[in-house]
Amino acid sequence: MMAPVLERLPEWVNADAALVRRGRYLSTTFLVEIGETSWLVSVHAGRVERVERGPFLMREWAFAIRGSADAWRRYWEPVPAPGFHDLFALTKGGHARVEGDLQPFMANLRYVKDVLTLPRGRV
Amino acid sequence: MAAEYEPIVGRYLRLDLGGRRHRLYVEEAGEGIPLVCLHTAGADNRQWRHLMTDAEITRLFRVLAFDMPWHGKSLPPAGWQDEEYRLTTHDYIDLVMTFIRTLGLERPVVLGCSIGGKIVLELARLHAPAFRALVGLESADYQAPWYDDTGWLHRPDVHGGEVSGAMMSGLIAPQSPSETRWDTLWMYMQGGPGVFKGDLHFYRADGDFRDRVAQIDTGQCPLYLLTGEYDFSCTPADTERTAAKIKGAEVTVMREIGHFPMSENPAQFRRYILPVLEAIRARG
Repeated sequence: MMAPVLERLPEWVNADAALVRRGRYLSTTFLVEIGETSWLVSVHAGRVERVERGPFLMREWAFAIRGSADAWRRYWEPVPAPGFHDLFALTKGGHARVEGDLQPFMANLRYVKDVLTLPRGRV
Repeated sequence: MAAEYEPIVGRYLRLDLGGRRHRLYVEEAGEGIPLVCLHTAGADNRQWRHLMTDAEITRLFRVLAFDMPWHGKSLPPAGWQDEEYRLTTHDYIDLVMTFIRTLGLERPVVLGCSIGGKIVLELARLHAPAFRALVGLESADYQAPWYDDTGWLHRPDVHGGEVSGAMMSGLIAPQSPSETRWDTLWMYMQGGPGVFKGDLHFYRADGDFRDRVAQIDTGQCPLYLLTGEYDFSCTPADTERTAAKIKGAEVTVMREIGHFPMSENPAQFRRYILPVLEAIRARG
């Protein structure tokens, strides 16, 4: 059930003009880990160009957001419970980690959080 | 058609803080028991606008809320351009007490949120007889940090307002209405460079009161602590742990509320604050 979720990001993000505009200065690739499965999300000027499923042998990414499958499942519930309603709630609770080059992550924080919240209520 | 003014009046108050001249922006509404409201770190007194336009409250309370120096419409003191702003416990206590003294407020209630909720604990410990009651929202003697480096809030390659808003968005409950959610975030987006970070020096470092809250005597002044269930900065557990050290402190966990009760969801907050204000009024 989890697998197709991130693969739908290009469709969801690129149809959202306000979101694409918000991310217009971001071009990067970041890693999202859902349990044992890794995904590389490639963004160009706010549009999600590509989502690839791992495992990867030798690929670059700027920053990584890693969480358990259960953490993401609860994060994407229509009305998430306290502690599972925000990326930083997940990290503080030990359910997720953010790693790597944090400058593009923090400089585009609202965009990144909005992109990763798109599956909420849709999965 | 008559112009639709809100009952809130805003004025500028001149006072000295730390030996320096300040010009503080103050809003007030209502008549009765003075109720001084303290905004959160990196924000301003607009957070209280719904409380100040609530006739149930303003018919019994004179509600006052200032913008702290460096915040909202209160300018920093002259010479600020070469300083790094850092809020300390000492300066914050001095600000609240000077404000109350300057306006001649008699035994006011103080209602503060986040840093304002935290300073309420020190007001209770040091100046209890000066208050009718003290109310702390999202208040604790200590709360574990939820990110490592507040430097992200003030550096040239990250927009301070954008990142502050994006960080704070997570502290708002998912149930909070869109309009008041974004009002709340706008205030964070408007903060001056380094001001939010400077407030967090008090919230995260200088305001560690774990060694002293047990000295609070609620026999001299009642203390109410209310925390939103979605607040992962100051969690309900942080508030409950704090209250366990203070005999007589009353704790309420607010459902479907995060770190900004009065601002993110005024209707929901009202359900929790009205009974507290009524209890305070009834005690006299």
